Amino acid sequence: MSQILDAKDIQRAIARIAHEIIEHNRGAADVVVVGIRARGDYLAARIAGVIESIEQVSIPVGVIDITLYRDDLQVVLEQPVVHKTEIPFDIEGKAVILVDDVLNTGRTIRAALDQLMDFGRPRSVQLAVLVDRGHRELPIRADYVGKNVPTARGQRVVVRVGEVDGSDEVVVEKEPRRRRT
Amino acid sequence: MKLTSRHLLGLEDMSWEDIGLILDTAESFKEVLERPIKKVPALRGLTVANLFFEPSTRTRFSFELAEKRLSADTVSFSTASSSVKKGETLMDTVKNIEAMKIDQVVIRHSAPGAPHYLAANIDASVINAGDGAHEHPTQALLDLFTLREKYGRLDGLRIVIVGDIAHSRVARSDIWGLRTMGASVAVCAPRTLLPLDVSQMGVEVFIDLDKALEGADVINVLRLQRERQSQGLLPSAREYHRCYGVTLERLAGAKKTLTIMHPGPINRGLEITPEVADGPHSVILDQVLNGVAVRMAVLFLLSGGEAGIQ
Repeated sequence: MSQILDAKDIQRAIARIAHEIIEHNRGAADVVVVGIRARGDYLAARIAGVIESIEQVSIPVGVIDITLYRDDLQVVLEQPVVHKTEIPFDIEGKAVILVDDVLNTGRTIRAALDQLMDFGRPRSVQLAVLVDRGHRELPIRADYVGKNVPTARGQRVVVRVGEVDGSDEVVVEKEPRRRRT
Repeated sequence: MKLTSRHLLGLEDMSWEDIGLILDTAESFKEVLERPIKKVPALRGLTVANLFFEPSTRTRFSFELAEKRLSADTVSFSTASSSVKKGETLMDTVKNIEAMKIDQVVIRHSAPGAPHYLAANIDASVINAGDGAHEHPTQALLDLFTLREKYGRLDGLRIVIVGDIAHSRVARSDIWGLRTMGASVAVCAPRTLLPLDVSQMGVEVFIDLDKALEGADVINVLRLQRERQSQGLLPSAREYHRCYGVTLERLAGAKKTLTIMHPGPINRGLEITPEVADGPHSVILDQVLNGVAVRMAVLFLLSGGEAGIQ
């Protein structure tokens, strides 16, 4: 197990991503942030917080649970627990910043995009991830990346956030011997 | 997370954990029902057959809606327009349907145990949508869901079920489900409408509705089938209304916040008056909406991956 980002690194990466979002969108007028459970939601709230403090505007933050849109529901052994999606605002015409912790195959993002479209027709969707570990299986790329981490397929990238895990860090560990879920 | 059974046949043997999982999952599906597009692709590619060997409007409607909102393909049949009329046996009907590669079967049948018989004989998951006077598990689950949503808990609640307990599958499933979740249950009916084994069901039994309502949080009013009178179980509908009808006057002695439930369809003016059914503490229409969410949860949880894939 090796640590690739510590709490300070994560804080800097989030601050940089927030700045890039403001630069790319020329402000934050129509920007809304939607995090993907179960770590992207916390990162989304932090990114929105930084944007708010820079631009002095309030940024709506939503949470998306992609379970019902997964493409492997009939393949996995156990049904994953379904959590709620909470997007209590209109995304029509907005620039939606989709936030996830790790970008890997791209299948989670595909599912999140499908679900997002069921909520309305945003002006654009941009993807922000803390770690891009490669191994894409779909034509998806991130607009904002905290850190690119080349990994082997047998490895696992774990993002811990203070809100649920007690501390902020990103580590790479060996995949335990089990099938992916 | 996974249910311990691949069928939903009844609540009598269902564990606290399994009921809790269904109710938790239903909460997420209720959120789906509040979206602009109330449809998710979770059951895409699966086929569900709705076999209604007994007339039903709302349960069938609710199941079909739940299936469509999960993107399942559905085929439905009711006895009025099927080969059952031509004398086909239950097993033959089902073997034929199964030959068409169905993944889940929702069945309502007048014979108690019909869903169990199916479950033992076919590969598809079976969901009991009411079997005779035995069980109606999804109705009870939606009752539990509605109460948990309102009170935030089920343990410690006191629920009175009034009406034709003897012939009611809803009462039976409700009693088992509520007791498993820690609620206390009382039933109230004239003796002719109480089941013979009522003393073994772990419920308090009342003949007098006013006494039953003392301290109750919830009253679940069952539909009175009018044919009970012709069977000699009741002197008259008017007398039933006078003794067991839920009216504003009768509720004067109960808690002000008493929650009113009814599985439908309502005989207005017989077992319940319109002022009570449409009153501020009635959750009857919440039950209808929650029914879709609960059935979505059940269909979803039973659709889980086949054990053969490693």
